[in-house]
Amino acid sequence: MIKIFKYSFSDLMRSRWSFIYLGFYMLLGFVLLFLNNDLSKGIITLMNVIVVLTPMIGTIFGVMYFYNSREFTELLLAQPVKRSVIFLGQYLGISISLAMSLIIGLGIPFLVYGVFRSGEIFNFLLLLIAGGFLTFIFVAISVCIALFNANKIKGFGYAILMWLFFAVIYDGLVLLSMMVFADYPLDDFALLVSFLNPIDLSRIMILLKLDISALLGYTGALFQRFFGTNLGFVMSWLMLVIWTCVPVLLMVRIANKKNF
Amino acid sequence: MITVSNIKKSFGRLQVLDDISFKVDKGGIIAILGPNGSGKTTFLKILLGMVIADGGKILYQEKDISKSHEYRKHIGYLPQIARFPDNLKVREVIHMIADVRNEPSNPEDLIKLFGLESFLDKNLGNLSGGTRQKVNIVLTFMFDTPVIVLDEPTAGLDPVSLIKLKDLINKAKAAGKIILITSHIMSLVEELADEVIFLLEGNIYFKGTPQELKSRTGSEDLEHAIAAILES
Repeated sequence: MIKIFKYSFSDLMRSRWSFIYLGFYMLLGFVLLFLNNDLSKGIITLMNVIVVLTPMIGTIFGVMYFYNSREFTELLLAQPVKRSVIFLGQYLGISISLAMSLIIGLGIPFLVYGVFRSGEIFNFLLLLIAGGFLTFIFVAISVCIALFNANKIKGFGYAILMWLFFAVIYDGLVLLSMMVFADYPLDDFALLVSFLNPIDLSRIMILLKLDISALLGYTGALFQRFFGTNLGFVMSWLMLVIWTCVPVLLMVRIANKKNF
Repeated sequence: MITVSNIKKSFGRLQVLDDISFKVDKGGIIAILGPNGSGKTTFLKILLGMVIADGGKILYQEKDISKSHEYRKHIGYLPQIARFPDNLKVREVIHMIADVRNEPSNPEDLIKLFGLESFLDKNLGNLSGGTRQKVNIVLTFMFDTPVIVLDEPTAGLDPVSLIKLKDLINKAKAAGKIILITSHIMSLVEELADEVIFLLEGNIYFKGTPQELKSRTGSEDLEHAIAAILES
């Protein structure tokens, strides 16, 4: 697996798109920091960008890489290697190279600005870890979608729709249902739905750590009561791990049964 | 060495392979022929474990191939379409396959034979189709495998390289290897093949030497023999 990972990683790391992605984060980081002149405000703005952008890039890259390397995957399948090893290796190649772009791209401007000398370092790390998780999750889901659909256009369409669902439509539905059922107690419901969407979950985790939950009013207090505890903290990280593992396992399962 | 029994495969409602059984015990060149969509590539992919059969089994050295991936160590495969990650160099991909297989390989002579020295440091994405096919041939023949599977090996090759490829195939045959080949170029098949397996509508319509096929249909060459079968 390490071998397959090594080659697909070095292939991706040299692709133009990885550099564009890295360059984008670097530019974003510098602009935000030097315009805002405030680390914590910079982190909040970045959070809003990261929780939407990393899943999108993960989705697009995952689908694109899978379809583009189809013939090469076939060549690997004819080698004496287990199928699961090939797919896990390629999956790690995509996810880790994207996560690296994120970490290096944002790391440099923050280092230059002096994140280590401030108390914001943990919030910044949390942001990077959440972005990393979202990358791993959405690459896995999009590879699953690509494995299901032999048709490129369809696969691409479904993948984008999946991202749109988690990033936009889901929140809309939640909001709508909250308005419709406004007369009922919705505390537990609100907590539950935020757990079922990795994007929402990461957003809440970061917001609460930034101590601006007061802005969220009653809901913020409710969330703080849950996520602020050790149990809530462990549960939310565990949920992100589950969100990563389930699509990865599904990916290996589909790959083992698929005809190439 | 290879025993194929009752292999079935359908994609949706399309029955590609209905009931394929045959046996190969000794080395030689076996051409698998048939019209477009007759299941030649599907069969080769089942043999390589890339497509999973709906029924039947294939034994390699008396062992069921669906049980383990180890048997693929003994098979060299040349796929129909040669495509690789765009940003890897030719040198790297050769090194990578050798690394993944973890077996002794000898690419140098083949690189020289096909004149690929000047391409070694070029990205695979920038190569022409024919050059990629040459890289593909190097990847297939650089290992000493007892079985070689060639799916349309001549695609995109110039005449000089084609002659070199034929030499390689004949050398492999002389070494007692089993070579399974599909091609639509009948002159090539006639020149090389010891045995022909003709697939039609998911079944083996004919199995025997090219001479037998010709005399059975009363044709002068293989091309007309095949045409006669398809038109009847």
